[in-house]
Amino acid sequence: MNWLIAILQTILFVALSPLLAGWVKCCKCWLQNRKAPSIFQPYRDLLKLTYKQPVVSEQASWLFIKAPYVIFSATVLAATVVPLIAVDLPTSASADVIVMVGFFAFARFFLALAGLDIGTAFGGMGSSREMTISSLAEPAMLMAIFTLTMTASTTNLSLAIAHVLNEGLILRPSFVFALSALILVAVAETGRIPVDNPSTHLELTMIHEAMILEYSGRHLALIEWASQLKLMLYGVLIANIFFPWGIAQSFNPQDLAYGLMAIMAKLAVLAIVLAISETLVAKMRLFRVQEYLSFAYLLGLLGMLSHIILEASR
Amino acid sequence: MILILAYSAVILSFASGLLALVMNQRLFLLDWFEKSSADNERLASCLGEKQFSSLVQKAVFMLLGLSGVFAVLAGLSVLISQGVVTDQLSLGLPWLPWHVRFDCLSGFFFLIVGIAVSAVSLYGPGYVKSYTDSQHPFAVLGLFTGLFVSGMLLVLLADDAFFFMIAWELMSVASYFLVAFQHEHAANRRAAFIYLLMAEVGALAIILGFGVLASFSEGFTFDALRQVQLSANWASIAFVLALLGFGMKAGIVPVHVWLPEAHPVAPSHISALMSGVMLKVALYGLIRFCFDLLGEVHWQWGVVLLILGTISALGGILYAMMQPNLKRLLAYSSVENIGIIFMVLGLAMIFMANGHPQLAALGFLAALLHAFNHALFKNLLFLGAGMIHHQTHQLNIDLMGGLIRKMPKTSVLFLIGCMSISSLPLFNGFVSEWLAFQTALQVDVLDNGVLRSLIPVAAASLALTAALAAACFVKVFGMIFLGQSRSHHCDNAREIQDKGMLAGSGLLAGLCFLFGIFPGLIINLINKVSGQLLGASLPNDAALGWLWLAPVSANQASYAPPLVLTGALIAGCISFWYLRRNPATVIRHAETWDCGFGGLTPKMQYSCSAFTMPFRRIFNKVWIIDERIDKDLRGAMNQDVAAVHYHLEVNDHSWPLLYEPIERGVNTTATIVGRIQTGNIRTYLGYSFATLILMLWVIS
Repeated sequence: MNWLIAILQTILFVALSPLLAGWVKCCKCWLQNRKAPSIFQPYRDLLKLTYKQPVVSEQASWLFIKAPYVIFSATVLAATVVPLIAVDLPTSASADVIVMVGFFAFARFFLALAGLDIGTAFGGMGSSREMTISSLAEPAMLMAIFTLTMTASTTNLSLAIAHVLNEGLILRPSFVFALSALILVAVAETGRIPVDNPSTHLELTMIHEAMILEYSGRHLALIEWASQLKLMLYGVLIANIFFPWGIAQSFNPQDLAYGLMAIMAKLAVLAIVLAISETLVAKMRLFRVQEYLSFAYLLGLLGMLSHIILEASR
Repeated sequence: MILILAYSAVILSFASGLLALVMNQRLFLLDWFEKSSADNERLASCLGEKQFSSLVQKAVFMLLGLSGVFAVLAGLSVLISQGVVTDQLSLGLPWLPWHVRFDCLSGFFFLIVGIAVSAVSLYGPGYVKSYTDSQHPFAVLGLFTGLFVSGMLLVLLADDAFFFMIAWELMSVASYFLVAFQHEHAANRRAAFIYLLMAEVGALAIILGFGVLASFSEGFTFDALRQVQLSANWASIAFVLALLGFGMKAGIVPVHVWLPEAHPVAPSHISALMSGVMLKVALYGLIRFCFDLLGEVHWQWGVVLLILGTISALGGILYAMMQPNLKRLLAYSSVENIGIIFMVLGLAMIFMANGHPQLAALGFLAALLHAFNHALFKNLLFLGAGMIHHQTHQLNIDLMGGLIRKMPKTSVLFLIGCMSISSLPLFNGFVSEWLAFQTALQVDVLDNGVLRSLIPVAAASLALTAALAAACFVKVFGMIFLGQSRSHHCDNAREIQDKGMLAGSGLLAGLCFLFGIFPGLIINLINKVSGQLLGASLPNDAALGWLWLAPVSANQASYAPPLVLTGALIAGCISFWYLRRNPATVIRHAETWDCGFGGLTPKMQYSCSAFTMPFRRIFNKVWIIDERIDKDLRGAMNQDVAAVHYHLEVNDHSWPLLYEPIERGVNTTATIVGRIQTGNIRTYLGYSFATLILMLWVIS
């Protein structure tokens, strides 16, 4: 039963992620006085891409062709670990939160390699920038997450979220720091403004798009889907770690339905916040990103230290 | 029985060294063979020039490989039986025979040495084919390889300080000759000299460390040294000396400078052994000295190890990132990994001294597992570097590219090495990193406020190190194997033909993957080591069944790599199957889009220095960067730019900060001392007279 729920939840994760991307796009359009595309547009795009014939450079090696599958699978595996509508997942036990960060690293490793494979300047540029940003973002993210795991004294995400849930509403200074750090990291890692802009192909600024410039057809679909999934994953992490209320603690259908509604509402709110911040903030220069991410790193570390100094019971 | 296995490993490696000497005796053998007038044609044909050398090489490596196999067997048997075997050899000084002790700790390191040596001996015959000419005599290479391996094995067996130092010196000196093997270049001789100098200074520190212990004890045997109850100050002095000595060999910042000099110049299979195994022997020495001989550890030592380890880990990977030379890069990355091991060992010490032996066992497990994993993947990467060098005659990453199409098998093996060292899930490097994080997360149990805030900072640096390592090895793999080839050497490269070379690296790659999926196999063995050494092993390590890894308790942290692998396969297969079912969407190959300008050249690709440029800007204080652009100007008013040269040099801070002052100090002292050396016999007679008078005055 547990395993069934876990698998269903993963499928739900994968299925809902384009919807979230569509919703963010809609919100942005409304805020910027543009006519919004349908909220289901990302699904149509993905479907269209899977029916297109992929064109691959003659330079491409096997790694370029296999990389999208690896990236997609690694991101899906990361999604299995994160509780979406219910806690107490067996998958959170088989791979804990450090492994989840490892899956992100896995996907990124192959994405960066795929960017280098064709041997164009754009690909290398994207890989170099992506690895730079992620090597600063990944530790910041780990610090933010360690604050949670040390509070709950477990690295199992299900148990940690259940712990936060059972503690009730307590204002912890460490969580405030960790939340801010995780939000900053999420923006950087999912390639949103002000770190990267998913909707431009301007060579001076692009990061994620530069790496996948050579992809087309189903390969592009997989990578796009994986990045939508990643956006949703970060959203769910923020929503369920810091505001876990509403998530199902037992597997009866009513709780599960309630959990689904709760997470969709939380994600919708988060998406609106993202859309507002993307509308208000301008993209920053590449070499300002380090300051931004060092700030996130510092916040994460402060969260951990304030947990240890202020909160830990001895 | 166990000892026989261990001894045979030593003797076989020694014998392989001696057998290599036969290489130079071909004519003598031929002569002797004709005199004895046997008419066995098969034997005679063996003495032909080519057959003979390849035969000897194969035999030498076969003996070495057997020695490795025996070492593995010996290590496994002592670990499984969890026994301690002691023995005395009537060698050495008359009143101090060589004491031998083979326990779980030695057994575990025997396992590391054994696996690495077996892989190298599979790889060796193919690699050394080019070393048959008189300038690079195989006899020398084989002899010192054998001595080097037997020295390492003897260090692990030694049970008295005297024997330990003899074995240690055998290891150091033999490896000096291996580093100096290609001595025709002045740079190589310099590297070898630096290596020898630092090895000897380190050895002196270790002797002094033993001296501190021995001066309070009955004798030089480790048993006697274990009985010593040192005061905290003396114990700390002994610890610092041992840390200096063993740390120099292990390559801790700031005494790491010999590594990036020595590793690139040695033949690749030797650098694999040096980096993968010899550093681990130094680690063994430190563990033996601190946890076994000194007995009671202090938490301050743990803090020292933690800080040094953090600096080494971060410094190592940042320096590695800037190196264009592949083997130099790998050497710096060894500094990083040793740093990680020291960090976790420091955590183990802190927990041990604060009365949490089980958490100490967890840290110890993470440290030893990382040592084991590093031995596997660093060996693999060095062997891979050897294969690339063998085929392209090139070690500069900036001149490579596109090898994935030319050397497909090598590229897969190297990719596995890169993924393991970048600690990606499903590979072995991840497991030890995961355990290191789990150890650091247990900081809540400590009472000391400074430690409680220091350890999270160290964990943060560990996270940064891991992420930087991934970036570094993306660069390595991307620049070497992907993109278009950047030099004609790489255009002409072909796949390795020698099966042994592929098998040796394949063995290591397979083990990297195997222990990434089933880390429990090796963790159970390490648990026995910590049980014997620390008196504590991990609680319920099999609480959830053998598929799971739950080092503290099932509720705190768990990881099940086989399930993860299954999940990955399912997700990958479903997406693959779903997308491939439409026959209209077969892949079409086309030219790379060049923005309509025509002709993408290899020079347009990102190079190694371009890839790391953002890191250079972000962490620019870490290196001494000399970056400039020279322009060749022409024309009457120097108005035409004929060519632009980009020049980049990245140097290590430790040279100007530490070594150059020492060098200057030594030179100044030498000049001052030199003043009394007048070269005049009357002055020397005067010195003797003055000394005599002084002695007489002192005695009376």
